[in-house]
Amino acid sequence: MFETGWNILNFLTQGLGTTLSIFLTATVFSFLMAFIAGLTRLSGNILIRGAAAVYVEVFRGTSLIVQLFWLYYAVPMLFNINLGSNWWVGVVAIALNYGAYMSEVVRTSVISVDKGQTEASIALNLSRFQRMRDVILPQALRLMLPEFGNYSIQILKGTALVSLIGLTDILYFGDIYRSTNLSEGPLAYLMVLIMYFIIALPLIWLSKKGEKIARRGVAS
Amino acid sequence: MEPIVQYKNIHKSFGDTHVLKGIDLDIYPGEKIAIIGPSGSGKTTIIRLLMTLEEPTDGDIYVAGKNLWKVERKGKMVPAKEKQLADVRKDIGMVFQHFNLFPHKTILDNCAMPLINVKKMKKGEAREMSKQMLDRVGLGDKYDAYPANLSGGQKQRVAMARALVMKPKIMLFDEVTSALDPELVGEVLEVIRDLAENDEMAMVLVTHEMDFALEIADRVLFLDEGVIAESGPADEVINKSDNPRLQGFLKRFRA
Repeated sequence: MFETGWNILNFLTQGLGTTLSIFLTATVFSFLMAFIAGLTRLSGNILIRGAAAVYVEVFRGTSLIVQLFWLYYAVPMLFNINLGSNWWVGVVAIALNYGAYMSEVVRTSVISVDKGQTEASIALNLSRFQRMRDVILPQALRLMLPEFGNYSIQILKGTALVSLIGLTDILYFGDIYRSTNLSEGPLAYLMVLIMYFIIALPLIWLSKKGEKIARRGVAS
Repeated sequence: MEPIVQYKNIHKSFGDTHVLKGIDLDIYPGEKIAIIGPSGSGKTTIIRLLMTLEEPTDGDIYVAGKNLWKVERKGKMVPAKEKQLADVRKDIGMVFQHFNLFPHKTILDNCAMPLINVKKMKKGEAREMSKQMLDRVGLGDKYDAYPANLSGGQKQRVAMARALVMKPKIMLFDEVTSALDPELVGEVLEVIRDLAENDEMAMVLVTHEMDFALEIADRVLFLDEGVIAESGPADEVINKSDNPRLQGFLKRFRA
């Protein structure tokens, strides 16, 4: 039993590269989307703000798996847009979806920096851009860290959906194993869980760390 | 001498609350003004308007002859752009009740960062100037400390150094001792006294420190229910006025 488990784990590592590469790339792009959308939602221009709000609400309000299917099956047919490989489809769908959620973290963190900080920056005649770059964002970032840690774990788990558009990730190999060794199905999926958990461990550690940094506080 | 700042019939409302009801005020270069009055009378709002933290509901403010909030375009007065506000802000500095230091920066960087960003100073020069100013307010041994590790009095002195190093022509003090423990008030007032005696800039203090106002101010304004109810030399306003509301205020205050 122990040996079988070990064998299954070894078998699953074939999907490790796909899971990790999608996870890392999607995380980078999610953060990017989060900052772009989160900051534009604070823009003074109502059109820019509105566009960002539509993006956030649409992608938060619909399910990731449907978005994945849209990008994979519908968008290429309707608009003749080809995102390249299904690897990219997976990355883009996950990044857009989690970017929408995380943009709310960016937005609310920026808002929750004490108003006095903005006032002092105005009194010192910093430009809008300098205020954001040198005063507000460095403090807002600390507030974002714990939530960002949480979301990165969610993104990792979200990557499991890409097996549904034919990507050979950890879950995909779990399925393959089970379909050829039906009696070991439960053990196969247990190993899949363990594998995801092991990858998530450093992320859990990072978000704990983030919480500590955030607690070190901001207000003067 | 021309006033450096003029308020002309300034009104300010927050929602349904009419806070300022027609303020006319001239501030002359180098003048030291204290604004006293009951809480909620609009004292703080007066200086926040000048710092461009609030926009007047009605009326005009002129700084060095230039309309602060409006600009003429095609014969009509339209709201001024950020650039014009920034141009006026160059000459104005402000110290806040709650310090508003940047908690993620050392106190030296609190002072140097605006010099680098706004005055386009070289880093070394900015830090050198900041050090001199921190020395002046008695914090020469704290350059690398973070605000969280300072006492309230020290924080407020950093905040003053940070505003002073920008070389404003007008300095605004918004109840700068109100958030301090009583034993720390003295060290902050000491710095202000030093400025009042040795510095050319105009100063406007919103304060509850009546004796201090009497001591350093050229002129005291008593603000009551949104208007300047009394204005004159400190001694006259505080000791000789027969305005019953001012008397009542002073009595409650000294009790």
